[in-house]
Amino acid sequence: MAVDEGHVACGGDWDGRWNHLKKFLERSGPFTLPDFEPGTETLQFLLETCKILVIGAGGLGCELLKNLALSGFRNIHVVDMDTIDISNLNRQFLFRSKDVGRPKAEVAAEFVNSRVPGCNVTPHCQKIQDFDESFYRKFHIIVCGLDSVIARRWMNGMLISLLNYENGVVDQSTIIPLIDGGTEGFKGNARVILPGMTACIDCTLELYPPQINFPMCTIASMPRLPEHCIEFARILQWPKEEPFGDGVSLDGDNPEHIQWVFMKAQERASEFNITGVTYRLTQGVVKRVIPAVASTNAVIAAACATEAFKIATSAYVTLNNYLVFSDVDGLYTYTFEAERKENCSACSQVPQDLQFSSSAKLQDVLQYLTESTSLQMKSPAITTTLQGKNKTLYLQVINIKRSLVFSFSLSPSVLVSLTGAELGLADGQELAVADVTTPQTVLFKLNFTS
Amino acid sequence: MAANKAAKEQKYDRQLRLWGDHGQEALENAHVCLVNATATGTEILKNLVLPGIGAFTIVDGHKVSGEDVGNNFFLSTNSIGKNRAQAATELLQELNSDVSGNFVEEVRAAGSYEMSQIWLDTCLRLGAVLWNAEVPFLVCRTYGLVGCMRLVVREHTVVESHPDNALEDLRLDQPFTELKNHIDSYDLDSMEKKDHSHTPWIIIVAKFLEKWYSEHNFQMPKNYKEKEAFRELLRQGILKNENGAPEDEENFDEAIKNVNTALNATKISSTVEDIFSCDLCDNITAQTPAFWVMARAVRDFVRDDGNGILPVRGTIPDMIADSEKFIKLQNVYGFSPPESISEQEIKMFCKNAAFLRVVRCRSLEEEYSIESVNKDEITSCMDNPDSEMVLYLMLRSIDRFYQQHSHYPGVYDYQVEEDISRLKVCVNSLLQEYGLSVSVKDDYIHEFCRCGSAEPHTVAAFLGGCAAQEAIKIITQQFVPFNNTFIYNAMTQTSATFQL
Repeated sequence: MAVDEGHVACGGDWDGRWNHLKKFLERSGPFTLPDFEPGTETLQFLLETCKILVIGAGGLGCELLKNLALSGFRNIHVVDMDTIDISNLNRQFLFRSKDVGRPKAEVAAEFVNSRVPGCNVTPHCQKIQDFDESFYRKFHIIVCGLDSVIARRWMNGMLISLLNYENGVVDQSTIIPLIDGGTEGFKGNARVILPGMTACIDCTLELYPPQINFPMCTIASMPRLPEHCIEFARILQWPKEEPFGDGVSLDGDNPEHIQWVFMKAQERASEFNITGVTYRLTQGVVKRVIPAVASTNAVIAAACATEAFKIATSAYVTLNNYLVFSDVDGLYTYTFEAERKENCSACSQVPQDLQFSSSAKLQDVLQYLTESTSLQMKSPAITTTLQGKNKTLYLQVINIKRSLVFSFSLSPSVLVSLTGAELGLADGQELAVADVTTPQTVLFKLNFTS
Repeated sequence: MAANKAAKEQKYDRQLRLWGDHGQEALENAHVCLVNATATGTEILKNLVLPGIGAFTIVDGHKVSGEDVGNNFFLSTNSIGKNRAQAATELLQELNSDVSGNFVEEVRAAGSYEMSQIWLDTCLRLGAVLWNAEVPFLVCRTYGLVGCMRLVVREHTVVESHPDNALEDLRLDQPFTELKNHIDSYDLDSMEKKDHSHTPWIIIVAKFLEKWYSEHNFQMPKNYKEKEAFRELLRQGILKNENGAPEDEENFDEAIKNVNTALNATKISSTVEDIFSCDLCDNITAQTPAFWVMARAVRDFVRDDGNGILPVRGTIPDMIADSEKFIKLQNVYGFSPPESISEQEIKMFCKNAAFLRVVRCRSLEEEYSIESVNKDEITSCMDNPDSEMVLYLMLRSIDRFYQQHSHYPGVYDYQVEEDISRLKVCVNSLLQEYGLSVSVKDDYIHEFCRCGSAEPHTVAAFLGGCAAQEAIKIITQQFVPFNNTFIYNAMTQTSATFQL
């Protein structure tokens, strides 16, 4: 190809800058979507109008920002509440050791804006829950590079709450596509969600395996693995001994704390002739570290950004709708269409049926909400309407800093019967449940079987 | 020095958990050469520099163009007109001060040809040189929404392949002496409930297997029916309370759940048998690499002391048991931390003996030669005309196009229409020359003209991630590299690996 002189025109562009993209935007092709119109308008849309939101400025986030910036997106917002840690530097390439301690979103935005002239990344050093629908509504596309299922579900719920339905049919202009990526070691996945139309996060909740927690009796009296010894120190010894002062909780990012847990775990291990307790393992267990490398994040973020480009331009058919990747043994990808769940608690618009025997207790409801694989709620708060008044059946508040847990309930005990005198719930009773996994309350209908 | 080491451990913590300190050491002693600092090239290097590769050298004679800066994160507008190797080295070096970055401005013959002309020729000539020098060669290319990667390595051995979901090596079908004695030391019938419920399931299965043997002519349960009968036997073994109802014995639940896999016959996989029957295993000389020397040692063990099976792996899964019983059982299987370094290497080899892998790629010459082209693979894949194989054929065709027309198809708008028919001619001549009776849909020919050899950043980034990890596998000798052609289709988000 001819070499340009490359003078920088005003507005930040220079000769040939968008040559690689223009081929796909200004020419017709056999694989474009039917509504694709070759011309200069699509590039203008990308550069001037399209507003895209990136959630997370970590392993995936950094890659996403770079990819989107070099794909013509200029109006980019990024949300991340975290600050930079030294262990991020092996893959979060927008950060340097001098940036440790600074907010990720801020540093990431600075770097990209400086490296890619004309790109305007706006950082938000906040939690996704700090924003409401008026914020999210403004974006054309949202791309997630999150590291928690709870946050994903919240985002998912937020976009579903923006949908307008007319006669049971979703108004397509209220749909904001959600592209979600996730990685772990050498494995990853990328998916495209059109809320209200394709499978959402909750439709496929079973794809996310629940976290492994060791049984308490193993930890307390029958350790076999070095991990059991570490959990013993973390869960039982720390609260008892409060080694760094009253009410000071274990901070996984504090090396002194980890060192304490490590030494206690070693003591326990030698008591039981268990080998393998190391500082690295201790840190891994306490912080629930997920191993990570640059390459996997690069692959998944690239796939996500390609989809963002396709959605914004109609230049190619979008992924429908789930890609799985692994490069442990050779390279492996698997692409399939995840199906919507008919009675999905997040996107099906169908009030969830709860079946219980008439002798069931409030505790049974709580257990179901937290343990069912399709709901997996964390600490549900249940309210209902009794005699025209809104009553709280159950609400648990955990104050993490002070390890204080108090619950508020209509009844002093969760062992109270649902249909008994104290609660007096009837067949068909509607319960409204709030939980961190969803920004909107989920409605349930109680059915009592005898 | 110590502070630096500690900082590195923290920085690389997340990846050390994947390939260990020894893998990291191998990475830090490695030197990688990148030819052409295209977007694909710099993305590959980024993913090697971040994890701490020892050194890299970029060879590139091109000058940075405005177009280059548009799709490459490691080139800036300041570098337009400068040597591309130098410009990219600066911005890549900046990513990680542990890494040593170098560049070579490739010297060209005075004005006689453009760099891009010789892409295919360069590949083939370089391929031949590196093949003889036994230096692994990875050829990567992003062309429109297609990414392609070809690994050329004569022989790559892997001890630590880290298989997913490997079956345990429990030896219940042929317990070794120490295991047999340990099993004998248990008497389930005389145990109190606490001990009974906390006996490792391996012991339980072993005990009931003895019962089964006495009634079934010393044959293991083989089919579903027999395994179900065996499970029933286990169920009967659960302690009963005063009312005759079964107690809650989780270890028995585990035993029942594991019947399917625990009773598999211990045997050597065909992959490992193939390794044992290699010439390299037979003819050990002073130059033979350690892998083959150890493979030979294990083979000899298998044939003599081992009675046809590998040395015991030494690991068991976690299971419901009290600490003492579990640790004792673990020790019986041989789990004990190694002491000296050479003992470490041998232990590592034995532990992984069932998962040894050898990857041998054909040379580029073999792939491109009419006599040895892999016709079968190509034609059978093309039974599905949308298979990724069609993208491979298109890439071969556009190189042919370049040879004839000195440019890639559809680079300029005015060329697109004309080049479609010219490209079709190239496709047909390629198929004919290699005797491939397959047909290539016109849509693909059109697409490969439309894209005008563009290199969109997101596709380059995807390939960059894939390629870097393959390079890391080669360098660390952990995990298994692909063999030998990987094609990524960003239009459909699908991929395939072909052995060409």
